[in-house]
Amino acid sequence: MAEIVIRNLRKEFGAFTAVEGSSFTIRDGEFFMLLGPSGCGKTTTLRMIAGLELPTSGEILIDGENVSQRPASKRDIAMVFQMFALYPHLNVRKNIAYPLVSQGVPKAEVAVRVAEVARILRIEHLLAKGVGGLSGGDRQRVALGRAIVRRPKAFMMDEPLGALDAEFREIMAEELRALHDRMKATTVYVTHDQLEAMQMGDKIVVMNHGVVEQFGTPQDIYDHPATLFVANFIGSPSMNFLAFDGSTAAGAASVTLGSTQMALPALEEAASGKLVLGVRPEHVTFRDSASYRGRIEATEYLGTTQIVTLAADHGRIKARIPSSQIAKVGETVGLDLDPRTLTLFNATTGRALRSAANARVHHG
Amino acid sequence: MADVTLSGLSKSFGATLALQDVSMAIPSGAFVVLLGPTGAGKTTTLRLIAGLDAPDRGDIAIGGASVLNDTPAQRDVAMVFQQYSLYPHLTVRDNLAFPLRSPRIAMPEDQITRRVAEVAEVLRIPHKLDNKATALSGGEMQRVSIGRALVRQPRIYLMDEPLSSLDAKLRADLRIELKRIHSELAATFLYVTHDQIEAMTMATHVGVLDQGRLVQFGTPREIYETPVSVYVASRLGQPRINLLPADAFGKAPAGAAQIGLRPEHVAVGDGQPATVRRVEHLGDQTRLHLTLGPHALITLSDPHTSLRPGDTVAIHPQNPLWFDAGGNRI
Repeated sequence: MAEIVIRNLRKEFGAFTAVEGSSFTIRDGEFFMLLGPSGCGKTTTLRMIAGLELPTSGEILIDGENVSQRPASKRDIAMVFQMFALYPHLNVRKNIAYPLVSQGVPKAEVAVRVAEVARILRIEHLLAKGVGGLSGGDRQRVALGRAIVRRPKAFMMDEPLGALDAEFREIMAEELRALHDRMKATTVYVTHDQLEAMQMGDKIVVMNHGVVEQFGTPQDIYDHPATLFVANFIGSPSMNFLAFDGSTAAGAASVTLGSTQMALPALEEAASGKLVLGVRPEHVTFRDSASYRGRIEATEYLGTTQIVTLAADHGRIKARIPSSQIAKVGETVGLDLDPRTLTLFNATTGRALRSAANARVHHG
Repeated sequence: MADVTLSGLSKSFGATLALQDVSMAIPSGAFVVLLGPTGAGKTTTLRLIAGLDAPDRGDIAIGGASVLNDTPAQRDVAMVFQQYSLYPHLTVRDNLAFPLRSPRIAMPEDQITRRVAEVAEVLRIPHKLDNKATALSGGEMQRVSIGRALVRQPRIYLMDEPLSSLDAKLRADLRIELKRIHSELAATFLYVTHDQIEAMTMATHVGVLDQGRLVQFGTPREIYETPVSVYVASRLGQPRINLLPADAFGKAPAGAAQIGLRPEHVAVGDGQPATVRRVEHLGDQTRLHLTLGPHALITLSDPHTSLRPGDTVAIHPQNPLWFDAGGNRI
């Protein structure tokens, strides 16, 4: 069990800065996601926490102790990788027992702990089997068992489900999260899959180009993205961006797009120049008399809902509407954007303007 | 473009029965998606139509005539694979022109220029025509691979998971593009995937394969709303359909062994008490993981629900699907 504090963490590889001054706190028992596209610095951050890389500057505190310059073996952290490396000549029991045997733990205790781990992972029936004939999921369970059996302070997982196919990944994601709920061990998990991060995480750090773009709960990040990057990266389909030139004053509760006045949460700061109005697909609805118009370009059936792609004056808009509603390609419809949910961005800085809706999330 | 008819196709590889008695009518201009997990027989079906393998039994007709004795080239089909196979030393333009310069087609150069320009426009890569294939991003390379199939205007396009190696955002863009290309060309597409979103969003018809058998063929809506079996019902829908013993909510029709409830059909408000085990905020929706007695199930709720693990909610089924002991729908 451990709380992990990251302060101004920085990593340079020669002239390349992989991580720039990250700060965030991982509370004891949290399932914590490091999310971002490849090359964003998430794996480097994880490796620094684990001690596989040493930071160029900044601090890593585990339970209050500064471990920044300590080697991995002195941090009591277990790593789980995407490619599970098992010893092919050992059976499942011996694979799981290995870390304990190599630490010189007495035989009787090894047996007790391996049995406990096998029970938690529900692989008791596999203990005597060789690892060669195991399915991908069972191999991943054994790899997890080898990490869990040491009872480390925290787990570091680097895309552990990345190699699995979609259907099985969903099952394993549920299983991993249920396992966490039983064990409550602090877990730091790296992924580039935003759905996986939303689904499993208590908290998410979104990274891009070595910089922490936003840190918070999944719902807050989804509802109130701090930057255009986050708004675009989270959600499927992602947030719609309507680009326009304009200016707004602090206190304003609407913006003007073309000839349409769009209500939005009262702004707490002024901006002018290139602006972007952001709206999530499920907050776009069709109303014949709405003055903002869009022409339907495509529809995609998804069961209960459908995604309708529209061309509007300020860009392409995707709307998520019930599949029972009729949407014909080529038709022009009026669009309502739910004013409570809108975010206004400064296109030049890429940052969301502070408003009555997001002030708590960005500055609370 | 042409219609394709498969009648009683079977194919074994050694002791493995890859395809068993598959019959399917693909209308001209249709976008048919074959859906199923690894090993269901999807790729085998494509390879038999393309002429890369020969069936043990059954017939394949394209445009009304059997093609069993035709070579792959004579069948006039185009195939796009999961891994883009471009000539790295050639430009995008020459990669696209390559099939048209083959001795069998030998199209005059001025026609090739026109055709390549048209396809580049459709794929939105006209500004990349003079780039080397290796100077493209993954998404652009895959578009060029698709383009190489499109230049030829074959009788049918066969696509084997063409989007599966791309990242999620690009897949979403290319789904829409493929649909647009399909409707602009009015061509016949047979498309293989294990991605249910691709099947739902692009197909005019979905064929669901299970261990070499075609178990259902219909529109995406038919497959989603009226699946013939537990297997088909489990192929579409995210989160997966909830499957519980038929009597989990009380009375069940005669012969029913299981009740199938899509997450949106677990209604919250009144009914049986269930315990909230986990609340998953996905942004646009929130998934509630519930336990009803010994059973686990998932339903959807308002994104900003105040429910927390340990809370109790009352639930009842809406539009249930009933299945018998063999997994077939009643």
